[in-house]
Amino acid sequence: MAGVTNAFQRLTKIFLVPAVLFVAWFASSRDSTSFFFPPLRKILEAFADTWFSDRWSADIVPSLLRLAAGFLIAVALALVIGVPLGHSKRARDYAEPALEFFRAIPPTVMIPVLLVISGVGDTSKVAVIAFGCIWPMLLNTIEGVRSVDSLLKDTCDIYRIHGLTRLRVLTLRAASPQIVTGMRTGLSIAIILMVISEMFASKDGLGFTIIQFQRTFSIPEMWSGILLLGMIGVALSLLMRVFEMVVLRWYEGARERG
Amino acid sequence: MLCVRHLRKVYEASGRSVEAVHDVDFSLRQGELVCVVGPSGAGKTTILRCISGLLTPTSGEVVLDGRRVDGPPEGMAVVFQDYGRSLFPWMKVRQNVELPLREKGLRGPERRRLVDQSLEAVGLAAAANAYPWQLSGGMQQRVAIARAVAYEPEVLLMDEPFASVDAQTRAELEDLVRSLWTRLGVTIVFVTHDIDESVYLGERVIVLSASPTVVMEDVPIDLDAVRDQLTTRSEPRFGQLRTRVYELIQKAKEGGQPASPQLSTPSR
Repeated sequence: MAGVTNAFQRLTKIFLVPAVLFVAWFASSRDSTSFFFPPLRKILEAFADTWFSDRWSADIVPSLLRLAAGFLIAVALALVIGVPLGHSKRARDYAEPALEFFRAIPPTVMIPVLLVISGVGDTSKVAVIAFGCIWPMLLNTIEGVRSVDSLLKDTCDIYRIHGLTRLRVLTLRAASPQIVTGMRTGLSIAIILMVISEMFASKDGLGFTIIQFQRTFSIPEMWSGILLLGMIGVALSLLMRVFEMVVLRWYEGARERG
Repeated sequence: MLCVRHLRKVYEASGRSVEAVHDVDFSLRQGELVCVVGPSGAGKTTILRCISGLLTPTSGEVVLDGRRVDGPPEGMAVVFQDYGRSLFPWMKVRQNVELPLREKGLRGPERRRLVDQSLEAVGLAAAANAYPWQLSGGMQQRVAIARAVAYEPEVLLMDEPFASVDAQTRAELEDLVRSLWTRLGVTIVFVTHDIDESVYLGERVIVLSASPTVVMEDVPIDLDAVRDQLTTRSEPRFGQLRTRVYELIQKAKEGGQPASPQLSTPSR
């Protein structure tokens, strides 16, 4: 019985506020005659018509693939560059001013530059996403590797654990809480850049489609695209949460124990 | 078997140099259990880190089996004071113990045998699948001991391993070290600041001076080989030895030096 009550309370916590907002939106917009704020009912109809169609493969899939490619390339580069920098104080001293500079450049201004270099194809958009979201991941990797406990390093030295094994059992694991934090920040930046880069110059993708709807005054469809992006954002952050739970199970437990 | 020869360590920091260890000289035979005690700040940990090869001496040398130590040598295990930080929190107890064996290149069945045996020996067979942070401090230190024992080292260094466990656990762990030592015939250097502990555990107690450190005296402990928390500690001889070490430590704290030129600190 208590279990049922608990589950009910949790569901309430998750869904109550969204449900209230939904109902409020639905009710207040019911008789709307405003061209730019159509009734929610119309938006939902447009949602079904627009997205439950071949747009799935034409726009959503390409967007997600670009997002995945840009994000994963950035993760890989962050690890490849970040681990050696985390190990070497001297390398950090030289590299950090440059890293701070690159991080300070708003990634969106790279879009025109990359368009000139690599055109409107996927490459430029993947590059923009990777360039934008790598910084929190790179800086966190460096910090995570730098702060690996010295006694664990001594332990590895004593038991002669070196090379790739050491990277696997010590460095990456010890740095994983920071790396994952960087990945979470990086992912939200990556989503923003995916949309914006598609709005600039593209022939498909979610950002492109939303801009097309806006330019052709298909306002309910435009709103439905925004709703869809929100849902994709939620789904990706849930995916990230699952990844965290798997990778950082030890960390949560160790932290609870203090 | 293990020789520490004229070990000297000077720490350099921002233009200032501090001589932590002046001239420390002692040696261990194969299979000996020797305790090293000294007042706090006597450079005990520095000496141990030099022996383990984690720290390079400023001058002098450590020789193990005829070879000069210039990095962690093969066949050496260390149990650190800070047990909480020396275990990998992302690995279960069994994996923690097994990891060094993997690196040693032992095969699966052999590894399993050694892990089971050593966890059994420290009384933690039931906790093999727990994470270290799920265990109490004393149990965590047992895991660190099990890891060292499973490794089958020739030399085992212990750096104030029981300094932060409670008194009862401490007594149990002391007996555990004695029994493992008797059973395995491993050479043990046991660093502690606890005078009673050093006399109870050691075959010899090396008393250090305050920093810059030299050896005050090398006290042989002529107690029975089989020791018991109750009877050994109440023997008159235990009391005499304890008093002797205590006096030496007091003298060391007051800045005293060895009474007479010994073999260990040749006059110059």
